[in-house]
Amino acid sequence: MTDTTSTVEQQLEITLRVNGVARTATAPARRLLSDFLRHDLRLTGTHVGCEHGVCGACTVLVDGQPMRSCLMFAVTAQDHEITTVEGLAPDAEQMSPVQQAFTECHGLQCGFCTPGFLTTITAYLQENPDPTEAEARECISGNLCRCTGYQNIVKSVLRAAEITHEREAGA
Amino acid sequence: MKPSPFVHHAPRSVAEAVAVLAEVGHDGKVLAGGQSLIPILNMRLAAPGHLVDINRVAGLDTVEVTDDAVRIGALVRHALLERHDGAFAANPLLRQALRNVAHPAIRNRGTTTGSIAHADPSGEMPAVLALTQGYVEAASAAGTREIAAADFFLGPLESCLTEGEMATGVRFGRFPAGTGTAFAESARRHGDYALAGVAAAVTLTDGVVTSVRASFVSVTPTPDVLDLTEAFAGREVADVDWVKAAEMARDHVDPDGDIHATADYRRMLAGVLTTRVLTEAAATALEGQSR
Repeated sequence: MTDTTSTVEQQLEITLRVNGVARTATAPARRLLSDFLRHDLRLTGTHVGCEHGVCGACTVLVDGQPMRSCLMFAVTAQDHEITTVEGLAPDAEQMSPVQQAFTECHGLQCGFCTPGFLTTITAYLQENPDPTEAEARECISGNLCRCTGYQNIVKSVLRAAEITHEREAGA
Repeated sequence: MKPSPFVHHAPRSVAEAVAVLAEVGHDGKVLAGGQSLIPILNMRLAAPGHLVDINRVAGLDTVEVTDDAVRIGALVRHALLERHDGAFAANPLLRQALRNVAHPAIRNRGTTTGSIAHADPSGEMPAVLALTQGYVEAASAAGTREIAAADFFLGPLESCLTEGEMATGVRFGRFPAGTGTAFAESARRHGDYALAGVAAAVTLTDGVVTSVRASFVSVTPTPDVLDLTEAFAGREVADVDWVKAAEMARDHVDPDGDIHATADYRRMLAGVLTTRVLTEAAATALEGQSR
């Protein structure tokens, strides 16, 4: 304990646009986006698993594209539109097609990996509205389910595509 | 785990970025996509005091296709290059390989230049840069230079970039007419680091083999190129038995064993994959589709 240069860590005022709302908090530069969402903004829907990009639990949408929030710093997310699992439902009354499909097909067991699956699948279906079963499997290949409940998650992907079409037809 | 503290720099130009790098010396690290860097920081395998975040530097996010190269800036994400039809037409190997780079969520953020600057022998794009005889463009406070792929990779995770220098982009070479390319790898889960991977280019002239080259992922210390031209040139492509190339690939590679696979298994895979990609590349060249 000789030369304890108790340097105060650089603190940044970080403003993020999350689920359509601008939110500001002060955090160090090293704050991961996942931790900023959870601790600083209290949006605990985003889950943190491996923290090195393998498990996909922390996946959020950045400008509509799925990305690992544990592999981004909050400060670098400032210029972008972030969507977390809290922002997927169209309103308080209705779940999103992917959320609805997960309830119908029992696509979640413990629920830990679910937010990452929901965001990943939501983005995927926007680009590929009619996936085959093989494509559904590939779409979720970057996310790990620790209950290994993949069969029902694959079913949920396919069902979510159906629900999307049903809602479009009904609208 | 969490990264240790650092000072975040957000330069707006390459000149500003290299000025910061010159000032902070070995304590500085460039952050672009961060998909390799941030895991290393999270696990505290590295703890730079300064991160030079180049995400706001203008002009680094472009793809240019020229007569002899596909040039990309340091902020071109894997996903952008993968979807770029002009780049695909100019060099189909880019898309063939990029499909194997991690998972879509990582390709959306990670940059191709960054993965090359990272110089991981388990990365797909270093092997592609080597096979296309490409170049890395680098800048420092002292000026700019371009480095041939053959000189760029010094060892696992070690490039010839010096302190204060950043990669501003890369140029992938294009293959001559009559070339077919292919890429294949084997991983425990699609998108994970490959146990072994092979990129290949076969060039034909009137159905006769004129050039055969391959480069490897995860089984050589640096992405060097195995030139098989001497062994196969001059033969009618229909008569070539690419199984013979497997032995040469097995002799060439020098894999390490780890918890996922033994060195022998990786060597075997390298051979099998070499036969597979050469067969595919030759068939593509023969069809003249070059995709």
